[in-house]
Amino acid sequence: MAANAQSLSEAIVKPRLSRDDWIMRASMIVIGAFLLVAVVLPLYSMMSKSMENKDGAFIGLANFYEYFSTPSLFLSGVNSLWVAALVTVIVLVTAFVYAYALTRTCMPFKWFFRLVAVIPLLAPSLLSGISLVYWFGNQGVAKELLMGESIYGPIGIVIGSAYWVFPHALMIVITALSITDARLYEAAAALRTSAIRTFFTVTLPGCKYGLISAGFVVFILVFTDFGVPKVIGGNFNMLATDIYKQVIGQQNFQMGAVVSVVLLVPAVIAFGVDRLVQKKQVALLSARAVPLEPKPNRRVDMLMLAFCSFVALLILLMIGMAQYAAIIKFWPYNLTLTLHNYNFDLANGGGWDAYFNSVKMATYTAVFGTLIVFFGAYLVEKGRGFNVGRNVFHGFAMLPLAVPGMVLGLSYIFFFNNPSNPFNFIYGTMIILVVSTVAHFYTVSHLTAVTALKQMDAEFESVAASLKTPFYKTFLKVTVPVCLPATMDIFIYLFLNAMTTVSAVVFIYSTDTQLASVAVLNMDDQGELSFAAAMAMMIAYTCAGARLLHLLLTRGVMRSSQAWRQR
Amino acid sequence: MNPTSFLTRAIGGLCGAAFALGATGAFAATELTVYTAIEADDLKRYAEEFNKVHPDIEIKWVRDSTGIVTAKLLAEKENPQADIVWGLAATSLMLLKAEGMTEPYNPAGADKLNKRFVDTDSPMHWTGMDAWVAAICVNTIEAEKNNLPMPTTWKDLIDPVYKGHVVMPNPNSSGTGFLDVSSWLQLYGEEGGWEFMDALHENIAWYTHSGSKPCRQAGAGEAPIGISFAYRGAKVKAQGAPIEIVIPSEGAGWDMEATAIIKGTDNLDAAKKLADFSVSKEANVMYNTVYAVVAYPGVAQPVEHYPSNIDELMIDNDFGFAASNRERILKEWQSRYDSKSEPQG
Repeated sequence: MAANAQSLSEAIVKPRLSRDDWIMRASMIVIGAFLLVAVVLPLYSMMSKSMENKDGAFIGLANFYEYFSTPSLFLSGVNSLWVAALVTVIVLVTAFVYAYALTRTCMPFKWFFRLVAVIPLLAPSLLSGISLVYWFGNQGVAKELLMGESIYGPIGIVIGSAYWVFPHALMIVITALSITDARLYEAAAALRTSAIRTFFTVTLPGCKYGLISAGFVVFILVFTDFGVPKVIGGNFNMLATDIYKQVIGQQNFQMGAVVSVVLLVPAVIAFGVDRLVQKKQVALLSARAVPLEPKPNRRVDMLMLAFCSFVALLILLMIGMAQYAAIIKFWPYNLTLTLHNYNFDLANGGGWDAYFNSVKMATYTAVFGTLIVFFGAYLVEKGRGFNVGRNVFHGFAMLPLAVPGMVLGLSYIFFFNNPSNPFNFIYGTMIILVVSTVAHFYTVSHLTAVTALKQMDAEFESVAASLKTPFYKTFLKVTVPVCLPATMDIFIYLFLNAMTTVSAVVFIYSTDTQLASVAVLNMDDQGELSFAAAMAMMIAYTCAGARLLHLLLTRGVMRSSQAWRQR
Repeated sequence: MNPTSFLTRAIGGLCGAAFALGATGAFAATELTVYTAIEADDLKRYAEEFNKVHPDIEIKWVRDSTGIVTAKLLAEKENPQADIVWGLAATSLMLLKAEGMTEPYNPAGADKLNKRFVDTDSPMHWTGMDAWVAAICVNTIEAEKNNLPMPTTWKDLIDPVYKGHVVMPNPNSSGTGFLDVSSWLQLYGEEGGWEFMDALHENIAWYTHSGSKPCRQAGAGEAPIGISFAYRGAKVKAQGAPIEIVIPSEGAGWDMEATAIIKGTDNLDAAKKLADFSVSKEANVMYNTVYAVVAYPGVAQPVEHYPSNIDELMIDNDFGFAASNRERILKEWQSRYDSKSEPQG
């Protein structure tokens, strides 16, 4: 076996593996086994399910043949593709201009625009659908703006999706635009290059990989999301809603598995292409790079201010309407204000218990997820030897990004509710929700941790090793404090996503573990839109609170333990 | 202390603790896991009534919409988590019966129930509780705004005047949607039924995933007319929505909420007690507070906001036809109407 050969050859170089090495390897195998059970094996069981008939006999690709020969199902795939592509174009352009304004101009009120832009992250994607019904539905306040077109269908899906994926794209583009070398612009200015030419020859090429990355992220998010099409899609079918209909409506698990596999394909392709492209990224930021300081330009700054204000206004109108809907007594006939809609125990779909379960689930996910992810990233990044193991582990850690939440959730039913599975006992408990959520959001957390760890000089480990300090002491006393801001980022990322996710958990929650985000979905399903809006807003308040706390804590930490970062 | 003795002590301690717990909650001896699709606001009342008779059995509810509960039960087939189902569509229970998941049992007193509310096999696999009947919810304010006449029959709904104003549940995801479709096929025959639906499709604004949503949307004026069921109509009307509930005069499809014991339950005795209770007269009186038609003859009192003629208008539903043709009907429906996915304005 390769692993054995590897350790043998190492054994020749090094007299023997130290205790440290053994502990590291064992820990890596433990975390690797976690990912194996939480991601790889469930996916495998789902793939095999897609090739079975109802009685569980193997029938090869017959289900896929049936799928592609059913015109309505095939059409869903086409719909998903073009909607996702359209949203990607809209969001990329908007996010680019918005990010440009934030990073490259002297536009006033930047802090405000940064703040507003993250609002969509605070609530489930369903919220935008609900809000759109109140704006443009048949009783909507701004219905005339659509000029007779119905919001129920592609129009609603595109607007709603663009809203909730915007911050995801924005964050990537901001990062891409922040990394640049001012000397390039000085050179351009010295050569009297026109502003437009500079933009196309310096600015765009500089952030092209960021844009490509953002494009893929947006595409996959929209392609696999089912919150928005579920609420506002009308008769417009998409793949993600098809899975839900197949499994929940018709109990056709095999066809659900087939649609899942189909859903997985473009996501995996997009992910693979993105990886390839990223490899070509060359470091723009050499040691001699000079950070770019934007210069005031009244015309551009004002233009940008107008654009950002417009985008910010749209975001505020969207969440504002959801809040308004949550406190209206009986839309549209009785517009008195009431808190009745927060009395969730009266609604079908999950009461206040669901809300508290969500907070609990998000907290567990954040705590355990951060521990697992950070330690795992540490082992990959700072471990010595055992390259095969580290590469396999890294591969496992990258996989969840390409797996849509619904696919993961469905595969959990197949894998964990099998009585012969030794982990069967977690089925229907809080544990399975935490495991699935950690797995679902593993990759981005892992990459954040890896990036933070890469910034640390490897000398720390070498010095520690030469002083015979056990690696876990170095880890706890040096690595963890230095990377505290990054771990806090991972923590909040996991918390927010756990609060708002629907797709991965909708198949595996049980009555004792009802979640707020699923309750929003169920309430909307029943037509109890005002309750759904109120519950979505509860999630938003909680996430906003958590975010604020995170901001304050980060400042504190920065002051107390990160002073060394300043010169 | 050696490990084995530690282990035995620990187990002994745990058993003792469990025993002590059992003793303090003197009555809560058996915990029964009950899967249900009963509306959330009725659950507590049902459990309280049951505990008046059997205080020693504690009900642990697992509630969700009909589709989800059915999917859950089927997904858990190899390893059932439920002891009993109390309050799920009879057609779903027939599906479970066909899968061999139900425990045959004749609840004491089931012979007193109306014959169309019980399984024809003996011993019975399921027993009915109450009927939920298709109905049309019409928003009077929106109807007036759009100059829509009040429909009184199903066939009225295919009048082009209603184009884009009717919402109905997708039978592929909603039990109510399926009972509508199967009732039309029974009323008008196979060919006539599909012809009717072809024409109706032209008027449908959109299909919803749940059976409640069309009536709630009618209540909120989102669509003037929603094809839904009478129970939901009565509830929405009680909330103050400006709606009229119409039971079409040709007759309305219906399904019933029913009870079935899940095969392999560890709490068979307690489950049987609940099954006995579910067919009792007291239980039927309890169902009657929200459902106008119940399984126990002579119990039903009129329920507020329900149309009074509901009992006569229920069609002579052939559940066997509905259950055995379900897959074929749904496939046909999907190929006819689901592929035309462009929304109609």
